[in-house]
Amino acid sequence: MTTAPKTTKPAAEGGNRATMRKELPEHFKAYRHVWVFIEYEHGRIHPVSLELLGEGRKLADKLGVELAGVVVGEKADELAAAAQEAFEFGADLVYRVYDPVLAHYRNQSFTKAVTDLVNAYKPEIFLLGATTLGRDLAGSVATTLMTGLTADCTELAIDDERSLAATRPTFGGSLLCTIHTLNYRPQMATVRPRVFALPARQSGRAGRIVDHRLDMVEESIVTKVLRFIPDRESNQVQLAFADIVVAGGLGLRSAENFHLIRNLAEVLGAEYGGSRPLVQKGWITADRQIGQTGKTIRPKVYIAAGISGAIQHRVGVEGADLIIAINTDPNAPIFDFAHVGVIADAIQVLPALTEAFAKHLSVNRIAG
Amino acid sequence: MHIVVCIKQVPDSAQIRVHPVTNTIMRQGVPTIINPYDLVVLEEALRLRDRYGGEVTVLTMGPAMAEDSLRKCLTFGASRAVLLTDRFFAGSDTLATSFALTAAIRKISQTWGEPDIVFAGKQTIDGDTAQVGPGIASRLGLQQLTYVAKINGVESDRKRIEVERRAEGGTQVLESRLPVLITMLEGANEMRRGTMASALAAAKAEIHTWSAADAGIEDVTKCGLRGSPTVVKKVFAPTPRSEKAHQLPVGGKHAEEIAQLIIEDLFKRKPAIEDELMKFASGQ
Repeated sequence: MTTAPKTTKPAAEGGNRATMRKELPEHFKAYRHVWVFIEYEHGRIHPVSLELLGEGRKLADKLGVELAGVVVGEKADELAAAAQEAFEFGADLVYRVYDPVLAHYRNQSFTKAVTDLVNAYKPEIFLLGATTLGRDLAGSVATTLMTGLTADCTELAIDDERSLAATRPTFGGSLLCTIHTLNYRPQMATVRPRVFALPARQSGRAGRIVDHRLDMVEESIVTKVLRFIPDRESNQVQLAFADIVVAGGLGLRSAENFHLIRNLAEVLGAEYGGSRPLVQKGWITADRQIGQTGKTIRPKVYIAAGISGAIQHRVGVEGADLIIAINTDPNAPIFDFAHVGVIADAIQVLPALTEAFAKHLSVNRIAG
Repeated sequence: MHIVVCIKQVPDSAQIRVHPVTNTIMRQGVPTIINPYDLVVLEEALRLRDRYGGEVTVLTMGPAMAEDSLRKCLTFGASRAVLLTDRFFAGSDTLATSFALTAAIRKISQTWGEPDIVFAGKQTIDGDTAQVGPGIASRLGLQQLTYVAKINGVESDRKRIEVERRAEGGTQVLESRLPVLITMLEGANEMRRGTMASALAAAKAEIHTWSAADAGIEDVTKCGLRGSPTVVKKVFAPTPRSEKAHQLPVGGKHAEEIAQLIIEDLFKRKPAIEDELMKFASGQ
């Protein structure tokens, strides 16, 4: 039972609470600057952290404050390299905590490292990636600090009272809501990978590292990592980073028809996926789900076949450069955000499209 | 072994509709279900109970009608059900929700014994926050094991548990000490069907219904709206893009002609894609 029950209230009640704003309590006024948690594991920074630095930079500039990264782990030199990467993606400074107990992600040690930093240096905004690590950590940190946390935001802005306006889908993805953390600091939010674009890297851009000591011994940490089994590369679905994605929805009408999606993807060298109902019906596995509760994608071309386009799907694909939607229903919401519409039956168009692409590519290859 | 399972009754999101004019949720007639992720942990709790013995207590916070979902859990085989319901809980965000549930779990401990494991769903399908489970773990000081794919074993006498947890880029095999809080991935198991006997028993079973005071909550300012640091300022439908999709003229055409139109349009808009596809097709 993990949720914000307030989102189950009628939409009309949403506006009334804005009047509850009081002046920020005195002890929170010292909270300044925007922080981004830099997820550093297995020798690399998770891309979502760099995406958040891009968005955090905008928020920091709007507020006229500094942007800081937070990086925790085992080895000082590895974290220094991660910090340098954070500087080049927009951080002014990086708070670094290194200790042998931080060698692997564990909730207890990471929560202490991060809450200690917040209590010592007091950020007004703290952003984390909505990864398995980020979500596990953010929930603990926010509860320990007794502050607000908004999950899976799709838009972040600063309102005219210096408050973070965090927008996210609600009601199972049928509406959007904007959430504020009024009288508590820091204002915390998580954002899913690929929701924001990767900012341009400024090679050689410098910043400063602030070290903070973790006062914790291994004996005090209850959970032990017995071993780590890396995913096999072939197992990983690279949907989030694919240039071309083909996806199907309920318009395919049966699980058997899903091969039409795979066939087209194969000809194009594309990744494939589907909308949430297909996962619920067991037509595809959860790692191929595209949308708010699945993968967020930013391909150059996205072909959506037989997908109606509920908000929860929309927020997962809006970052695509070109969206081509095939649907029999001219009133389907997907035509509100697709660039190119094809009002036709996906079951008939998909095989024809696969064949036409195959023919076009082979003909031109011979000609070339 | 005593296991507590936190569940939530949610609207069946597949059937939620938004009023086209007022942009408000049309709630009439939307059926409620037990949050699907909660069924995964309920089934796991029942399996552990079947294997190691003990009791499963199901807990929910919600309106009086949430009793229906609790009765369903009893039908599946839960030992008892607790409904935490009070007007003070209205408008709770995740922090206020974990506060109330934690109070109820403390009360459950006093009444029926300390739990070895508290389960919560990975997330709900209406809020999707995944924050209440970790919130309960923090407040109760439980070891937090989220995104668990498999429970390898529990030794309740030695207070030891081993799980496989989904992490970024792989699986962590973790050893921890009871009591723990666990959330689990979908697909970890398949929900059983209730028996006729358990359904009959569930229909007559007492649902333990607790107010805030019953759960031992003295400070109601930490509950509901007042106890929630986050505030929903605005709920809205997204504005359509200023331009709607450019519709290709497909009326009355065959699939082959439509396919040709799509390809021509694509390569006109994205000439670079054609080059990339050619490279891919020629194996470069």
